[in-house]
Amino acid sequence: MASQRTSSRGWKWSNVYLIAVFVVLYAPIFFLTLYSFNSGGAMHDFEGFTLDWYKEVFADTRLLIIVLNTLVIALLSSALSTILGVLGALAIQHVRRRRTQNTLLALNNVLIVSPDVIIGASFLILFTIVGIKLGFVSVLLAHIAFSVPIVVIMVLPKLEEMSSTWIDAARDLGASRTDVLTKVILPYIRPGIFAGFFMALTYSLDDFAVTFFVTGNGYSTLAVEIYSRARQGISLSINALSTLIFLFTIILVIGYYFINQRGNRPPGTEVQQ
Amino acid sequence: MSVKSRNLYLIPYAAWIILFVVAPIALIVYYSLFDIEGKFTFSNYSSFFTPVYMRMTLSSFWYAFLITVFSLLIAYPAAYLLTRTKHKQLWLLLIILPSWINLLLKAYAFLGLFGTYGIVNAALETFGIGRQQILFTDFSFVFVSVYIFIPFMILPVFNALEKMNPSLIDAARDLGASPWTTFRRVVFPLTINGVKAGCQAVFIPALSLFMITRLIAGNRVITLGTAIEQHFLVTQDWGMGATIAVFLVVIMALIMVLTGNRPKREVSR
Amino acid sequence: MKQLVRMFIVVFVAAFALMYGVHLLNSSEGYAGSNTLTIYNWGDYIDPDLIAEFEEESGLKVIYQTFDSNEAMMTKIEQGGTTFDVSVPSEYAISKMKEENLLLPIDHSKLPNLSHIDERFLNLSFDPNNEYSIPYFWGTVGIVYNPGMIDGWQIKSWNDLWDERLRNQILLVDGAREVIGFGLNSLYYSLNDTEEAHLQEAKNKLASLTPNVKAIVGDEIKMLLANEEAAVGVVWSGDASEIMGENENLDYVVPEEGSNLWFDNMVIPKTARNIEGAYQFMNFMLDPEHAARNAEYVGYSTPNKDALALLPEDISGDERFYPAPEMTEKLEVYRNLGKRMLAHYNELFLEFKMHRK
Repeated sequence: MASQRTSSRGWKWSNVYLIAVFVVLYAPIFFLTLYSFNSGGAMHDFEGFTLDWYKEVFADTRLLIIVLNTLVIALLSSALSTILGVLGALAIQHVRRRRTQNTLLALNNVLIVSPDVIIGASFLILFTIVGIKLGFVSVLLAHIAFSVPIVVIMVLPKLEEMSSTWIDAARDLGASRTDVLTKVILPYIRPGIFAGFFMALTYSLDDFAVTFFVTGNGYSTLAVEIYSRARQGISLSINALSTLIFLFTIILVIGYYFINQRGNRPPGTEVQQ
Repeated sequence: MSVKSRNLYLIPYAAWIILFVVAPIALIVYYSLFDIEGKFTFSNYSSFFTPVYMRMTLSSFWYAFLITVFSLLIAYPAAYLLTRTKHKQLWLLLIILPSWINLLLKAYAFLGLFGTYGIVNAALETFGIGRQQILFTDFSFVFVSVYIFIPFMILPVFNALEKMNPSLIDAARDLGASPWTTFRRVVFPLTINGVKAGCQAVFIPALSLFMITRLIAGNRVITLGTAIEQHFLVTQDWGMGATIAVFLVVIMALIMVLTGNRPKREVSR
Repeated sequence: MKQLVRMFIVVFVAAFALMYGVHLLNSSEGYAGSNTLTIYNWGDYIDPDLIAEFEEESGLKVIYQTFDSNEAMMTKIEQGGTTFDVSVPSEYAISKMKEENLLLPIDHSKLPNLSHIDERFLNLSFDPNNEYSIPYFWGTVGIVYNPGMIDGWQIKSWNDLWDERLRNQILLVDGAREVIGFGLNSLYYSLNDTEEAHLQEAKNKLASLTPNVKAIVGDEIKMLLANEEAAVGVVWSGDASEIMGENENLDYVVPEEGSNLWFDNMVIPKTARNIEGAYQFMNFMLDPEHAARNAEYVGYSTPNKDALALLPEDISGDERFYPAPEMTEKLEVYRNLGKRMLAHYNELFLEFKMHRK
């Protein structure tokens, strides 16, 4: 097969390329990890090895609370926005007229375009007018709101690629509307849903500006806290914390993936040919 | 079936749109019509069409364009190679993983990596090239921006490549096409939707970068985002800030219209 | 479909488990109590031991939040929905907040320790009679530089910055008033100048500085200067003392043409809940021993003259950070120039930034 022919010759280059990409992607992470052990106290001049910063992380209860808050917001907002986003993608796809569809799409993408500062400021005004108190609820709503568009963007292409003949075939075979949804459409677009969920997770974990504007009453997320602490120079306990989060996430990802592999069909192989 | 189900799907989504998209846009347009002292005026708009802001807009476009192009150039081959690995979902997740580490921390890491006495320069010195000024240059700015946006480009392209029927490539090769022609005439057009989605997800946010312009570019690069942040946070001139935002939204809408999705077809052309 | 549902269930369960964890941690810290004091201050601007001591003495639980810019802080307080009892804005922010009625007047009779403050720092233009604010820290804007990187040259004035020897060697803070301010100072104008002709002069002079400016940055300037990424930086005195603590090769100077005198003062926002607690805290911080410890920890200059007497000679005698009165006479506090003029300053600064290509 053509792919195999080129692969034996191109094996070295393509692997080198991928490895290079990974190296560059992870270089800053390793840099942060390296200095989390630095007894020198700053991100330069590595002086000696120490675990002090890690001890500091566990002693800092407020920091731990903030980390948990961040995770809660990320998980909840991603899950809820994924549901909302899938509904939205389905809605857009069902719209008949091209112009309405494009309008909806444009509206959908407004939040992605807009600078975080504007989103944050306008949400703040919105919440104040409606009377929502700033804190967990406002942050959660804001995160859901700005994650929905990316879910739609991830799911929509999958929906469009799906041939409508499958739906017709399913209906012909007697499937109810719910069945068509749960047994035909959703499984097909599942990669898109996962992609959307993870992008939403990314947006939420990293967000600073929007969260900053809409939070209050002692509620804070990690990104906001780090920005506040940057004033005096980032303490290496933040490096330690990042390393811990990173390790935890890697274990989660790899673990989840291999658990999935056992027994199930590998995800990604849909109904083929 | 279609009429009923469409209505149902639309309800929650439409509610979200009205609350979190239409309302904020309306608020922004509303604010853009007030100047810093609260008087109703169009002066913000006239201020926008001055050399300073025009130059800023062009500069933003130029850098956003560069960032998008380089992201695509790097992400496409990466996505393609990913589709040929055994555990593609795993590798994909591993590529996205770094983007979950806080942006400010990564930027500080880059400050350390690219600094005059940083690791990259140390390597350059051992190779005899000598220390270079990497930070606060266009290069480092584009590099770090591409670094940030790569996952957003890889995902849609990967999804598009995955969906492509691989036997089409074989068919093309069998018919005598060279690898390049296969790519140009078969693979790329079939994945164009993914490419478009990726470009939209990169180009448009790249117009409003402001943290990176300060941290890595030392404000040598000014984007519309820099101006907006200054107006909203420093000057407290929400009017002018909102005006720039309005223009960003308009630009975005234009781009969406111009690159709007054509009716879907199995094989292009 | 099953896999999807499974994933969502996992996510929700994880989220609720974490929320429970937060609840546990919160109660263990006693945050669920009602006898609390919420303080909104700059990052790393207080000795943490002092907070612990205050909690013990007063029996109050302190919720400590930080901000990194006056504007962000003002936006939060203005919008409501927050209940900070004490905040520490800079002087120009205080005059703005006064104008917008965001502050409660302070009853001096409740602050016996106020007498320890040096009179030089009371009754200043931004808050006559200290009706609304109590001094916390003060400082100057100046030039921090590395003589070793510039052949031992001792910088003395703003105009030195334009020297050719400093090509691509200067880092500036990302502050419009600071930069336009030293532009004006270098022309021997006041940094509160509002005359258009003078402002244009300053702008043009600053434009000619651009070849010497390596970058305009924010808080990371401290790390960059300590790492010797550049030889010269225009910074606040507090930042300078931190940087010099990291790298002994650096020196700080308040330029001879004049410069900015800044203050961070404690205020009670209108939305405060625990006003009694706020007074207790402010009085606690005004105690000379506490103020001295705070000054030593944070590294900024204390306005508390009795605390100053308690500090070691090498700190209190350091004229760079505790300039003699003759010097402070020459320094100016930022006057609130009004929204329109401030917007104009920011425009000029934006133009300056854009000029740099």
